Amino acid sequence: MPAHSTVTETPVITTSGLTKVYRSRGREVTALDGVDLHVREGEVYGVIGQSGAGKSSLIRCVNLLERPTAGTVTVAGQDLTALAGRGPRAGRELRRARSRIGMVFQHFNLLSTRTVQDNVELPLEILGTSGAERSRKALELLDLVGLSDKAKAYPAQLSGGQKQRVGIARALAGDPKVLLSDEATSALDPETTRSVLQLLRDLNRQLGLTVLLITHEMDVVKSICDSAALMANGRITESGTVSELLATPGSELAAALFPVGGDASGDDRTVIDVTFQGDAATRPVISQLSRTYNIDISILGAAMDTVGGRQVGRMRIELPGRYEENVVPVGFLREQGLRIDVVGERQLVKDGAE
Amino acid sequence: MTWSEMRPLLEQACWDTLYMVGWSTLIAVVGGLPLGVLLVLTDRGGLLRNVLANKVIGQIVNVARSMPFIILMVALMGFTRTITGTTIGREAAIVPLAVGAIPFFARLVETAVREVDHGLVEAVQAMGGNTWTVVRRVLVPESLPSLISSATTTVVALIGYSAMAGTVGAGGLGDIAIRYGYQRFETGLMWITVAILAVVISVIQLAGDLAARGLHRRGGGSGGAPGLRLLKARSRATAPTAPVEATEEAAAADVGKAA
Repeated sequence: MPAHSTVTETPVITTSGLTKVYRSRGREVTALDGVDLHVREGEVYGVIGQSGAGKSSLIRCVNLLERPTAGTVTVAGQDLTALAGRGPRAGRELRRARSRIGMVFQHFNLLSTRTVQDNVELPLEILGTSGAERSRKALELLDLVGLSDKAKAYPAQLSGGQKQRVGIARALAGDPKVLLSDEATSALDPETTRSVLQLLRDLNRQLGLTVLLITHEMDVVKSICDSAALMANGRITESGTVSELLATPGSELAAALFPVGGDASGDDRTVIDVTFQGDAATRPVISQLSRTYNIDISILGAAMDTVGGRQVGRMRIELPGRYEENVVPVGFLREQGLRIDVVGERQLVKDGAE
Repeated sequence: MTWSEMRPLLEQACWDTLYMVGWSTLIAVVGGLPLGVLLVLTDRGGLLRNVLANKVIGQIVNVARSMPFIILMVALMGFTRTITGTTIGREAAIVPLAVGAIPFFARLVETAVREVDHGLVEAVQAMGGNTWTVVRRVLVPESLPSLISSATTTVVALIGYSAMAGTVGAGGLGDIAIRYGYQRFETGLMWITVAILAVVISVIQLAGDLAARGLHRRGGGSGGAPGLRLLKARSRATAPTAPVEATEEAAAADVGKAA
């Protein structure tokens, strides 16, 4: 199975200055505040944030289920905002563009009165595909998501994970280049979440499908995303590929992906977070540090994991003495190509200024 | 009055009621369904949101519903004559019955259609479906069990209304009960009519409930061949359910990987 990435530099989803303001009874709520998003072809892009951060509005604006107040959305080179028209109804051009964008939902949104196969056939009915072709395609897709034996079942007879697989098969029926996933795993248990994410990952690799997903679970980003963006109060506060983020000093997203705990045991101690990536993860830097400068290092917390297919480690260590005394050892670590965050550094600087 | 005298009367009355209620139900469904769907679509947040249209349709429905049936019948006499050419008889009674039932059914349709999960509408929109697709593939099929219950309620209400249709010489069971039973003190005949009406209404209600439940069950769980499925569900319930599901899930994941 080819495990390599399918990411190219071609942008597939681009939003610029995307703004959405909800007005109700004279009050205005800004859900999106000038969001610029760049999703490259073939990548899995995760947008993470707490509820109310505007993630849901963002993904709904991408296929214009929600009309943005300002800004543009371009999907596969087509400016969708230009197709929108004035009224609440979607014109034919926009509908055709939507049919090339798959979408999966948190609550699956399967029609309860239709069988699994008929649910998967629905987008094809809308596209006007002939009956024989429809059922051939639907069965093929059900096979792809591992549910070929459930074609004649009704959604109510399936488990949550199976329902989401049907949802994914349905989203793929129109041969989309882009898949939008609106909290697709949030209603599932951890085990099922893993298998559904794995499926999305496989589809991304095999079909070169670009996936834009929103989630509030860090684990989702950790396990399948090539790139990620952090949203708060309708803005994107951080974004980039996962390895870029991990290499960015002070990145909230990196810290959240890799939480390491532990507080300093005394005032005259320096606590630093070390992030290892790639080759650095295999080198014995800590013991080198200890030997070279003859200092005792205590490890407060550490974690190793695979993020976006790469081995990544993070460690919180404590050095004796204040930060000023440890400038040289910290410099040594930085020279090794590690990302170093000094915990509480800012506070120290402030104290020094007083 | 002897049974041999009553029998032709009752037979005729049964047919009259069936004829009037049947036709007016048909017209009410044909007219009320689009009206009810339109009430939902034009409402705030609907696919065709149009506050003015919504208010106008809503108001017409309210006025029509507030009218006592007997008044409606008289008020519509001119209209009835232009359609059927007469203001008396069974055909003439169908017009006010249908006109009275359309807004009644429309309100019930509105409530039923509103119950449909908005997520489903969104899903079809995301596939590129237009408003008509949403109505035909989502709103109507997904609310069908409720719509059938609504139609049943409408039929029962129409049987009640049709008793007053006797005033325009349309006949029917209700008319027999009033004219013979009440006005001529034929208590026996009156009770027989009431009994027939009770049976007819029970049968209609039962049929409607069964139809709605049958459809609902298909969507809500164990549809298809009921006996077989029940057996299957039982045998599975005795086996440890959770591991079965887990292995299925894992197997599905494997297939996904292999594909």
